[in-house]
Amino acid sequence: MSIIINKNTKVICQGFTGSQGTYHSKQAIDYGTQMVGGVTPGKGGTTHLGLPVFNTVKEAKDYTQVDATVIYVPAKFATQAIHEALDANIKIITCITEGIPVLDMVEIKKRIIKQKTYFIGPNCPGLVTPGECKIGIMPGFIHKPGKIGIVSRSGTLTYEAVWQTSQIGLGQTTCIGIGGDPVHGINFIDCLDLFLKDEETKGILMIGEIGGTAEEDAAEFILDSSINKPMSAFIAGVSAPKGKRMGHAGAIISGNKGTAESKIEALRKANIAVAPSPAKMGETMLVEMQKRYN
Amino acid sequence: MNLHEYQAKEILKKFGLPVLRGKSYVNNLDSIESDLIDLKGPPWVVKSQIHAGGRGAGYFKNSFNEKGGVQIIFEKNQVSNIASSMMGNILVTKQTGEQGKLVNRIFIEEGCDIDREFYCSLLVDRTKSQLMMMLSTAGGVDIEEVAMLNPNKIINIHFSSNKDIKLDEKLQQKLNINKNQFDELNSIINKLLIAFNSIDASTIEINPLVLNKQGNFVLLDAKISLDDNALFRHPELFELKDLTEEDPLELQAAQNDMNYVKLEGSIGCMVNGAGLAMATMDIIKQYGEEPANFLDLGGTANKERVIMGFKIIQSDPNVKSILINIFGGIIHCDMIANGIVEAVKELKFKLPLVVRFQGTNSNEGRDVINNSVLGLISIDDFADAAKKAVELSKV
Repeated sequence: MSIIINKNTKVICQGFTGSQGTYHSKQAIDYGTQMVGGVTPGKGGTTHLGLPVFNTVKEAKDYTQVDATVIYVPAKFATQAIHEALDANIKIITCITEGIPVLDMVEIKKRIIKQKTYFIGPNCPGLVTPGECKIGIMPGFIHKPGKIGIVSRSGTLTYEAVWQTSQIGLGQTTCIGIGGDPVHGINFIDCLDLFLKDEETKGILMIGEIGGTAEEDAAEFILDSSINKPMSAFIAGVSAPKGKRMGHAGAIISGNKGTAESKIEALRKANIAVAPSPAKMGETMLVEMQKRYN
Repeated sequence: MNLHEYQAKEILKKFGLPVLRGKSYVNNLDSIESDLIDLKGPPWVVKSQIHAGGRGAGYFKNSFNEKGGVQIIFEKNQVSNIASSMMGNILVTKQTGEQGKLVNRIFIEEGCDIDREFYCSLLVDRTKSQLMMMLSTAGGVDIEEVAMLNPNKIINIHFSSNKDIKLDEKLQQKLNINKNQFDELNSIINKLLIAFNSIDASTIEINPLVLNKQGNFVLLDAKISLDDNALFRHPELFELKDLTEEDPLELQAAQNDMNYVKLEGSIGCMVNGAGLAMATMDIIKQYGEEPANFLDLGGTANKERVIMGFKIIQSDPNVKSILINIFGGIIHCDMIANGIVEAVKELKFKLPLVVRFQGTNSNEGRDVINNSVLGLISIDDFADAAKKAVELSKV
């Protein structure tokens, strides 16, 4: 088992024939993802990478049994692409694009709640179930099928965590980058809930960063949860100054809210082991696993 | 992107919101005498326009009276004197730091008889993914202080729709205002919401929102931050950007699709990805040094960007050593390695440099670094690389 996606998940790509869409679709196919086609308005009826191209998401859905779509459309057009996927009622939507206006996401968020869509992103690396299905821009080879569920607000820092858990022999069930924007689809709590209920996931690693209160809310959720699994976390930004945007639009400390200290304290209260350094995410997870299973 | 008060008020006026009449000046005060004929008073209020709070309580480096960056003036002939003393002066507030900020924009406004002061702001609440308004009877003071000391004085209202908001009538009593004023407030909130959505704001803050002696609401101060992601659909607002408020290096980085934030430490950092960049800063701190900067090369970094990154880091005299941390994904480590070697040669870069590669083509990247005979150090382990960069900064 895994969460959200597996070897049976059929995927299309929006922005299929663009440079990003082409590159990452090819990587996904090589990884073994069941890509069944793509969408580029005006290029319907042609083929690309040996797969059919459709003009609209609805057309793609009518002709293929698609479960998921991944969006590599530039920011200016991404909002429209997302709404198109929602109109076609695709159940798993991953948006890699960075730079979508916040108010557009506020509207999109209303729809994804109403339609019960798994929406991953925007401004995220995507998600992967190692050895089965890769949707997004992460390098496939660093993953290894295994026991840990990984959820993160970051991109390359997620790769770091994945790499460390692979090296140390734990491997992953599913890895999800939820994205660095202030308003996004699936959140920490949604993912934690899925990981806790997934039998194959034996431990959970959560990677947060400064800004907002999502990590505090997640800690609260874990405290109240009836299912209990070994869990570790890392929070980036202990050294970040106040009031400055650190790359991600969401990574800004305002007032005394959103500091790394407040997050770490909340996580510790929920008995989540916080890695003391970004180089020790895998090790910290392993120690927690050994405490439980040895 | 932040707007100045006078820019914010010009925009809000267009949406029918009650702001006072005023005139703004950029770099010079040439038309001030003729403008003053038109501005009613006394009093007049002369306001320094900088992107920092606490202007009223601040002080000027070149002191000319004991008052701050916002001054109320009752003698008409004093207005231009005070304005001239502010223009070109350095204003220090609790948000600017010791170095202060150069005042090159002045706003002169008609005065207003204040009866009561409120606080009102609109923002996106990321926890609920909804628009939220914060209202308080504690206006004219630092709202973060109110939030800490008297949180029950702040009323939070979420909006699931953006139009035709009807405020809860209980609010009239809570705010201790009469029916007419409540209706007026309701209309102001609706106009603010329309403005917020029309300009893709990320925050609109009115502090204070005042009731004047005549019993009407007036927006006495206004702060607007715009959503950078939405600026592509508002070219006219993008033009309002005050480039003198930007750090020149941060600006240069942004123009090259990189994210740079100058910090106070001595270890220069170059990393791909914001989260990993922050984590790299954190690990440097753990080994007892401070990072000199945050620098995210971005998801599509190339050779040119690496060279630009070197130029930016090099212009910071505090940097004693550099740590480059790349986790290859879309980015190939060997391509970055070639950029590093080229930059070091081209810029005759002399500072100690530690490179850590992981991910796509990391072996090839490592070979490029090790074969470069430039004295560059390649270390695979994240922690060891950070430790080495810290060590070398002290040599």
